[in-house]
Amino acid sequence: MTGESVATDAVAELTDLAVWFPTPAGVVHAVDGVSLTVRRGETLGLVGESGSGKSTTGLALLRLVEPTAGTVQVAGQDVTRWSRRRLRRLRRRVAMVFQDPQASLDPRHTVGASIAEPLAVHRLAASGAARRDRVAELLDLVGLRRDLAERHPHELSGGQRQRVGIARALAGEPDLIVLDEPIASLDLSVQAQIMNLLRGLQRELGLTYLFIAHDLAAVEHMSDQVAVMYLGRIVESGTPAQIWREPAHPYTAALLSAVPVADPPVQRGRQRIILAGDVPSPIDPPTGCRFRTRCPQARPDCAQTDPVLVEIGSGHQAACLFAGEAVRAMRAQPVNASSP
Amino acid sequence: MTDEAVLSVADLTVTIGTRRGAARAVAGVDWSVRAGETLALVGESGSGKSMSVLAATGLAPRAARVTGDVRLLGTDLAALSAARRRRMRGRHVGFVFQDPMTSLNPVLTVGRQIGEASEVHLGLTRRAARARAIEMLELVGIPSAADRVDAYPHQLSGGMRQRAVIAMALVCEPDLLIADEPTTALDVTTQAQIVELVADLQRRLGTAVVWISHDLGVVAGLADTVAVMYGGRIVEQGEVDAVFAEPAHPYTAALLAARPDPDANVTELVTIPGTPPSPLELPEGCAFWPRCSVRGDSRCERELPPLVPVSAGHQVRTFYPRQPTGEDR
Repeated sequence: MTGESVATDAVAELTDLAVWFPTPAGVVHAVDGVSLTVRRGETLGLVGESGSGKSTTGLALLRLVEPTAGTVQVAGQDVTRWSRRRLRRLRRRVAMVFQDPQASLDPRHTVGASIAEPLAVHRLAASGAARRDRVAELLDLVGLRRDLAERHPHELSGGQRQRVGIARALAGEPDLIVLDEPIASLDLSVQAQIMNLLRGLQRELGLTYLFIAHDLAAVEHMSDQVAVMYLGRIVESGTPAQIWREPAHPYTAALLSAVPVADPPVQRGRQRIILAGDVPSPIDPPTGCRFRTRCPQARPDCAQTDPVLVEIGSGHQAACLFAGEAVRAMRAQPVNASSP
Repeated sequence: MTDEAVLSVADLTVTIGTRRGAARAVAGVDWSVRAGETLALVGESGSGKSMSVLAATGLAPRAARVTGDVRLLGTDLAALSAARRRRMRGRHVGFVFQDPMTSLNPVLTVGRQIGEASEVHLGLTRRAARARAIEMLELVGIPSAADRVDAYPHQLSGGMRQRAVIAMALVCEPDLLIADEPTTALDVTTQAQIVELVADLQRRLGTAVVWISHDLGVVAGLADTVAVMYGGRIVEQGEVDAVFAEPAHPYTAALLAARPDPDANVTELVTIPGTPPSPLELPEGCAFWPRCSVRGDSRCERELPPLVPVSAGHQVRTFYPRQPTGEDR
């Protein structure tokens, strides 16, 4: 994702980020060499399955997890080694919206108090009255009635709670909002509302998002750039159209073929690439290419060489020794075509 | 067992007493499923899709009052004693739930748990049950089954656990499999494996399947018939192709349009305002009326629309069915 992008419009930049966690069973390589750039006013979509390291990558941008190696830059400043005190400033610049608004809002606080908290922490309102005005303004922005400020989270629906989470994230006027699975726990009819709201706010306020999700269709819809993660690495990145229409990494192609389509004849007749087995343990990732143990196109070279992201088209990168070719071969000969 | 329904439900109603009043979780639901067939129950949270199936199989919570006619293989379940009902359910119905850990006992090996049902219902010895468990683990695609049979649930991955639960559900070769959001907690590549597995086992064993899901894409691939639930009632049902191609209920149509379609390139998604209603506060007339884009007239607000046919085997509960052109009125 670094490419030739000029750093001036980069709101956040990760370079060779690694985040390892020591556990009794061994060191978990949650993120293992990730570089990416989030550009101002854009949405970078980070997609992957559980254990891919996508959420840890998002947390590293707020320094909510400690990088083992690599650098984290936000708004042109290297924040990798900022002290606890200075981190408060970082957390005004980068806000976060979590999957479960029920868990991220204090059940004892009113909605208004939750939204006002960042205003107090970052000293953004001169008086109680100014704070109340700002809370009202934020509620307007996210499409909630102002009188909901007096309510408690349990009195709201899941969609309303997520709107509160977004209002809270907007309070400090951050440079970047990290959205970690913001629609995953919502009902289908409410997911569309939240996606429309996020896109509308972005247009209106020029916001920058890192949109983390396992839902490829939602990521495609929300993003200007997409990065696909597998076992702690970015395996492919490009525009949504490139990822969706011309996936070059076998993992991306398999992921796409597994996304169900709400069209019965199409869904029944699809050629699916069913991956064998499970994601290997991040404690002891495979040598060479990390995907090779599940890749239907793995060849002897794949065990020897750890592939790096290489440009395969304008702004389109893939980390596969046989990028493009492998996907064409898979599609010509699906491993497990769906039976009629 | 050709045309006969494996499970049929008529006028099923479930009312649950809560501190905040009576919740009408299910209100007069009819459906049936035949051997080798998959019925998908689709809906959002609180629609009654899970509760209707739990009530039909006698697993509703104790606080629930269940009325209606439920027949499993032609037998009226309500007429049986609790013990005989339990035996019949154990022998003929298998269950797979969203979280495999709710079905698995963490302190027993998966082999014991899979084998147990075959000891109880098929009268196998402990030893034969173990052999049967290995066979089942192989059937559901768990590699080195002879070793995994002695594994504890925590030693398996999420996808493997769900396979073990499927093995447990199918060990007595039940006539009916109830799958309640069985892939919701799984990754999409694992989900594809599980959907494929259930479809394959169904073809081999001729099992009837009731698959409960909120995911229209998954349903599109596996269902023969689909019932869309909203506010405790079926608002639309029919053959899956007809319902998806020409949804007649404004709710079904809006749900289908609310998913981003990467091939369509739209900026603004179709939304349904508001949220699904609570079973505690259902409106008098059509439950979808407050969120409906069609909103005919005050009749929708006061009067419950009946379930009416739109074409052969396709029914809808609305005063204003969408025209079969698929265009908005």
